[in-house]
Amino acid sequence: MSENNIMQVEIYRFDPELDKKPRMQDYQVDLNKVPGKMLLDVMMYIKDHQDDTLTFRRSCREGVCGSDGVNINGKNGLACITQLVDLPKKVILRPLPALPVIRDLVVDMAQFYNQYEKTEPYLQNNEELPTKERLQSPEDRAKLDGLYECILCACCTTACPSFWWNPDKFLGPAALLQASRFIQDSRDTHTQERLEKLSDPFSLFRCQGIMNCVSVCPKGLNPTKAIGAIRNMMIALEA
Amino acid sequence: MSSVVTREFDVVVVGAGGAGLRAALELAASGHNVAVISKVFPTRSHTVSAQGGISAALGNVQPDDWRWHFYDTVNGGDYLVDQNAAEYMCRVAPQAVIELEHMGLPFSRLEDGKIYQRPFGGHTSHFGGQPVNRACAAADRTGHAMLHTLFQKNLQAKTNFYSEWFALDIVKSKTGDVAGVTALCIQTGETVFFKARATVFATGGAGRIFSATTNALINTGDGLGMALRAGFPVQDMEFWQFHPTGIAEAGCLITEGARGEGGYLLNKNGERFMERYAPHLKDLSCRDVVSRASMIEIREGRGAGPNGDHVLLKLDHLGTDVIEKRLPGIRELSITFAGVDPMKDPIPVVPTCHYMMGGIPTNIDGQALTVDNSNHDQLIAGLYAAGEAACVSVHGANRLGTNSLLDLVVFGRAVGITLTNQLAEGLAMPEVEDSAIEQALVRVNRWNNSTDGGNDPETIRLAMRKIMQEDFGVFREENAMQSGLAKLKKLHADLQNATLKDKSNVFNTARIECLELDNLMDVALATAASAANRKESRGAHSRFDYTERDDKNWWKHTVYFADDKFAFRPVNMQPTHVDVIPLQARAE
Repeated sequence: MSENNIMQVEIYRFDPELDKKPRMQDYQVDLNKVPGKMLLDVMMYIKDHQDDTLTFRRSCREGVCGSDGVNINGKNGLACITQLVDLPKKVILRPLPALPVIRDLVVDMAQFYNQYEKTEPYLQNNEELPTKERLQSPEDRAKLDGLYECILCACCTTACPSFWWNPDKFLGPAALLQASRFIQDSRDTHTQERLEKLSDPFSLFRCQGIMNCVSVCPKGLNPTKAIGAIRNMMIALEA
Repeated sequence: MSSVVTREFDVVVVGAGGAGLRAALELAASGHNVAVISKVFPTRSHTVSAQGGISAALGNVQPDDWRWHFYDTVNGGDYLVDQNAAEYMCRVAPQAVIELEHMGLPFSRLEDGKIYQRPFGGHTSHFGGQPVNRACAAADRTGHAMLHTLFQKNLQAKTNFYSEWFALDIVKSKTGDVAGVTALCIQTGETVFFKARATVFATGGAGRIFSATTNALINTGDGLGMALRAGFPVQDMEFWQFHPTGIAEAGCLITEGARGEGGYLLNKNGERFMERYAPHLKDLSCRDVVSRASMIEIREGRGAGPNGDHVLLKLDHLGTDVIEKRLPGIRELSITFAGVDPMKDPIPVVPTCHYMMGGIPTNIDGQALTVDNSNHDQLIAGLYAAGEAACVSVHGANRLGTNSLLDLVVFGRAVGITLTNQLAEGLAMPEVEDSAIEQALVRVNRWNNSTDGGNDPETIRLAMRKIMQEDFGVFREENAMQSGLAKLKKLHADLQNATLKDKSNVFNTARIECLELDNLMDVALATAASAANRKESRGAHSRFDYTERDDKNWWKHTVYFADDKFAFRPVNMQPTHVDVIPLQARAE
């Protein structure tokens, strides 16, 4: 019985203090001994019981903090909500592509966060504040659904060929989803400025509609659709 | 001359959850030089997991009054709540929530465009009357919405973030005041002394002392560990909230908002058992009440599942529209972690460690306190605390649902306001001797220099969590607690000889986990000692051998020092804008 329950996990390893170049390392894990049914449980089991040098980020372990985005058998996803039953008995784990590796499965997210910050991801409103809450109709609030839930895990942006090609100029799907979240917010008064800032050939228009972002988003969000909505608003603005 | 690099700030905030970010925002927006040190990127903080809402008597659905909220908070806390603090929190709540809306938090909305509010456990109108809609919510992702909004506003205010830096220990000035902390850059292994006129601990809870918890892996009580090692006390550590609806086995939280929207608990016979335990509020009773009821059902053989080890949360009768609109996140969690779609089947749930009512004692301005030898409060110069890491105390012996997000915002804000004023009056930069900085690096150096063949940290961690789970859970009794405490002391000794095998300087998470384990162990010892010491049942501290509340002997806050010394503080009964709620039996 135990033989059927061995998972072979091959993991990308690189510690710049020890390794001249990256290598792949094999681990055999008896799933009967793993407490939990997610891929993250297997990774923690390896770290706790086989090799404490294995390095990855994790925090909430329930798919809301966005720490543990990794490339799982070629597809980006969150380890903590990837079910073991949905995986084959051989799993290859690599760091998210397109960002520099710090160590093992930990990538340097600076470029990703920079693109996020470029969208000015905060509500801007020059009007005088009411003493109570600003009113927003349920219909206007519903426009934010599918946008505000992003957890900044970077699964989408690092799966996007346009980002691979122009990581400094193309904002990437996650940042554009955030841009959309504020453009669509009826309480934000900077819609026009926000649209103008995205109108250069790269920031938004390098999106080729490949839709890798949609297929990997662990929260089921649709950045391509959000980008399309921004484009439509730009056209409306010019008309 | 110390070789340690020093960086100076007006204020250093440790922790980038709701409390830390709210404090930092207040300070950065008023032009002060603030550093926020966080061991994770801010949006990975545990506030992100909060679901159901933040309470404030806005009265958007039916009439409400902050005085009723104040009553619920005091009564729900089983009269261990400091009434000046609860008064401040409930009175400021509407303004603090409105400010969040102005910042851009995407609250759900009512038909008239106002902030959506839902019922929650223990929230009533007219001092214990009917349930009232007081929890302001962004679907069931309120914490996520709040954390991202506060982070975004801090970006706008140009707060200095030190993300993925781990605070090690407190550095004291020549006069014994808090002068900042040493911290480790996780990416490079560099250690730096963050020196500041004021240091704010917003380091969150420590639910990872238990085997089963709703808490994130990062909730390791780092601020409490640092305070205890510096000789400062923690307060009311025996009071841990067990949330009635953690997903069985997985531990993930299912918000009380699910019951607020009309869900209820069933035992294996399909009986809605809360009607029997609490005929008035039923499933919307306080969390300690519901958790005890569930545990009794399980202990008496009415638990569900093949092992009879959980109860069931029924939601399917709410209809797809309510679940899709109001509870989409918990549906997702339930499908992923329990394999159950709540639109069709009930969710297996069990009381699960959720929240630390205790923490670093503070006044209502957020300044940390200690107690001197003649049992008088003494302010700790330079140290402030807010959020779950602090004990103001607004939660007493049992926190009301949605009062945690409120606590974060109100007291994070209060610390920010206090420090803005104090900085304007001139807060001195402390003078520090090199030896004090070196002292605050002794612990990390011990791990770095540990040699092979010592004890295994993971073995110690697992043993600690098992002891806390078995001997300090929902129900407690003397013999189990004494034996648990003795075992913990042995583990604490073992930990001083444990080995860190990975010595790399680059993103060494094994080292971080060892440093966290020091903090967890300090919190576990504080919890165990305080729990064994309190010989009564009150709020979340429930004993088989002392089943009644004993106001004559135990109507007081426990203050615990790391050398096992106890002191006590009286419960504050001096609210200034509302009549005091006299000590009385807790209304159900």
